[in-house]
Amino acid sequence: MNAHRNIIVALALAASLSAPCLRAALAQEQEVPPPQHWSFAGPFGLYDPEQLQRGFKIYREVCSTCHSLKLLAFRNLADPGGPGFSEAQAAAIAAGFQVTDGPNDQGQMYQRPGRIGDHFPSPFPNDQAARAALGGALPPDMSDLAKGRGYERGFPWFIIDAFTQYQEEGPDYIHALLNGYENPSAGFTLPPGAQYNQYFPGHAIGMPKPLSDGQVEYTDGTSTTVDQYGRDVAAFLAWASEPKLDERKRLGFQVFMYLIVLTGLLYFTKKRIWHEVKHHPELTEPRPPTEYRRS
Amino acid sequence: MSGHSIYEPQNSIIQWLERRLPVASLVYSSFIVYPTPRNLNYWWTFGAILSFMLGVQIITGIVLAMHYTPHVDFAFDSVETIMRDVNYGWLLRYLHANGASFFFVAVYAHIARGMYYGSYKEPREVLWILGVILFLLMVVTGFMGYVLPWGQMSFWAATVITNLFSAFPVVGDPIVTWLWGGYAVGNPTLNRFYSLHYLLPFVIAGVVVLHVWALHMVGQNNPTGVEPKTEKDTVAFTPYATMKDAFFIGLFCLFLAWFVFYIPNYLGHSDNYIPANPSQTPTHIVPEWYYLPFYAILRAIPSKLLGVVALGGSIVLLAFLPWLDTSRVRSANYRPLYRQFLVVFFLVVIGLGYLGSQPPEGGYVIAARILTAYYFAYLLIILPLLGLFEKTKPLPSSISEAVLRDGAPVGASAPPPPGARA
Repeated sequence: MNAHRNIIVALALAASLSAPCLRAALAQEQEVPPPQHWSFAGPFGLYDPEQLQRGFKIYREVCSTCHSLKLLAFRNLADPGGPGFSEAQAAAIAAGFQVTDGPNDQGQMYQRPGRIGDHFPSPFPNDQAARAALGGALPPDMSDLAKGRGYERGFPWFIIDAFTQYQEEGPDYIHALLNGYENPSAGFTLPPGAQYNQYFPGHAIGMPKPLSDGQVEYTDGTSTTVDQYGRDVAAFLAWASEPKLDERKRLGFQVFMYLIVLTGLLYFTKKRIWHEVKHHPELTEPRPPTEYRRS
Repeated sequence: MSGHSIYEPQNSIIQWLERRLPVASLVYSSFIVYPTPRNLNYWWTFGAILSFMLGVQIITGIVLAMHYTPHVDFAFDSVETIMRDVNYGWLLRYLHANGASFFFVAVYAHIARGMYYGSYKEPREVLWILGVILFLLMVVTGFMGYVLPWGQMSFWAATVITNLFSAFPVVGDPIVTWLWGGYAVGNPTLNRFYSLHYLLPFVIAGVVVLHVWALHMVGQNNPTGVEPKTEKDTVAFTPYATMKDAFFIGLFCLFLAWFVFYIPNYLGHSDNYIPANPSQTPTHIVPEWYYLPFYAILRAIPSKLLGVVALGGSIVLLAFLPWLDTSRVRSANYRPLYRQFLVVFFLVVIGLGYLGSQPPEGGYVIAARILTAYYFAYLLIILPLLGLFEKTKPLPSSISEAVLRDGAPVGASAPPPPGARA
C-alpha cells in the first residue's frame, strides 16, 4: 500500500514538473486563432454553396495571382456538394483561364482557353519562377491548405475535440491569418521583405496583406469586410481540400443508423442466448473443459 | 471426449470433402463446439475485433493499392486522386488510415487484458510470444503504411526512424544505407516500403493462424485465472462467444465510424497534407499516436544508442513476461499489490504517450525519464520480486464457484424459460 502511494506521489511530481513547461511551450508557439462559425462543422454541417461561390470569387480575383490550386479541376466547380455552379458556368469559368497544352504537330507547346476537364493552371511555371518573382517567398499550393494547416490544441482540448467533432483548425487559422496583419510589437525585428502577422508561426510572413475592405465586389449584399472575405475564402479552401465532405456526412448518418440498429439487435440476441447460461445453467449442454486436452 | 465434438456432416458433398480435406470439421471443432470459459468478460472480445480489423485493413488496402502510385513524384498526388476522383476513394482511405489506429486501440486493449489476467503464464507462453511477434509486425507495417502518402510527416518519420539504426557502432551506417537503398530517403525507400507494406499483413495473417492454433491447444484463460475443471465451467464457442464478439464488433464499428465519417483527420497530423519536402524540416516531427510511448522512451535516454536499445527493449521485454512474472497466481483480481503496480504501469504508458507528443525539452524530458524508469523497473524488478513476496487472495476452487457465488446456484430450480432445451 505504501509503495503504491509513493508511486502516485512520484507520478504527481512528474505531472507537476511538466505542467509549467507545457504552458511555456504553448506561449512560444503560435497564437490560437479565434474560432469561427462554419456551416460545415458538426455531424450535420454541410457547405454553403453561396459562401463557396463568394470564396471562389476571392480566389480567382486575388489568391490565384500567386497561389496554385493544382489538385482541382474546373469540373469540380459543378460537382454535387460544391459551390453549385452549373456545368455551363464551370465551362465558362474554365474558358477564362489560359492553359498550356501540347506539344502540337510542330512540336510546340501552345496556350489555349481552359476546358472543363482541365485542372486549374498554376500562376508560375515552377517553384523557382515563383520565388524569383516574389522576392524569395514560395506561395503554397492551396488545394490542401485547409487540411495542411493547424495549430497545437493542447490538453485538454485535443480530447474534447474528439467529442465535439472539431475539425476546423485549418479554416480558423486561414481566417485568423488573413485578419492578423499588424504592426510588429516593440522589439520585434522583421526580416527584410516580410510582414508581421499575429497568427503566422514565427510572425514573419512573406505574403503582403492580400485583402482589404471593399476589395472584392459581392453581388448578394454580403458585407465586404476582410473579416467576411477571410471566412468565405477559408470556407472555399475547406471545400477545395475536402470536396467529399457532404457525401461523407450523409453516408455517415446512414451508416450510423444502420450500425445502431444492428448492434442493438446483436445485443438482444446475445442477451437472450446467455440468459440460460446465467440463470439456468442446468439447461445448457455440458462441455469438456478444453477440447484438445485428452487425459 | 464427449460426443458433441465429433463432427458428422449430413451433406454428402461435405462428407466427400471431409474424407479428403477435413476443413469443415476443423472449423466445427475450432469455432463451433470449442469450449470457452463461461465467465469471459468483454475484454476477451478484442481477439475477434483484431481479426475483423485485419480483414478490414487487407480489403481496403488491396483496393487502395489498385489506385496508388509508389513513386516520390506521384505518390502524394495519387493519394489525392483517390480522395477526390476514385468512387468512394475517400471512404477507403479514411477507413484504412483510421482503421490502422483502431487496430492499435484493439491490440493495446488485448495486451492490457493479457497482462491484467496473467494470460501469458504457463501453459500459454508460446501463445503470448506469438502475440508479441504480431505486435512487432503491426508496428513495422503501420510505420511503412504511414510513409506511403509521402507527405511531410511521412518523409520525416521515415528519415528519423530509419536513422535510428545509425546509432549502432560500425554496422550502423551501412545498415541505414541498405535500408534506404541509397544515401537518403528517396524513391527506392518508398518502393521497398510499399512492397513490404503489402507483404507484411499476410505474414501477420499467417502468424495469427499460429496464434489461434496455440490458443486452441491450451484453451482460453479467464478472469479467475483458474483453469476450467468440469463441464460446468465452459460453454460452446458458438453461439455464446460468437454472439458476444459480434455485439462488441458492432460497438467497435460505431466507434470507428465516428472517426471515419465525422473526424477523419483527428488522429492524423496536418503536416501530412503538405507534400514531402526533403529541404524543409517540420518544427516537430511526431509519429502516429500509437508509437508515442515508445518514442518518449527513445528520447528520454540521453545516449542515442542506449535510447534505441531501450526502445527495442521496451517491446522485446514483453516477450519475457512469462518468466519475469514469478507469481503462480494468474489473475490480478487475486493479487492486490500486483494490481496496483499494474494500473500504475498502464498510467505510465499513457503518460509516456503524452510526453512523446511534446517537444523533448525541460520538464518533459525529466518526466519522461521518471516514467521510463518505472516502465523498466516494473518489468525487471517489481514483477520478479512481487511474485516472491506478495500475499495473494484465496482463489476460487473452480470457475463455476466464482461465477455462481453471487448469482443463482448451479442446478437452481427455477422454471425453464419458454423454448429452452430440456
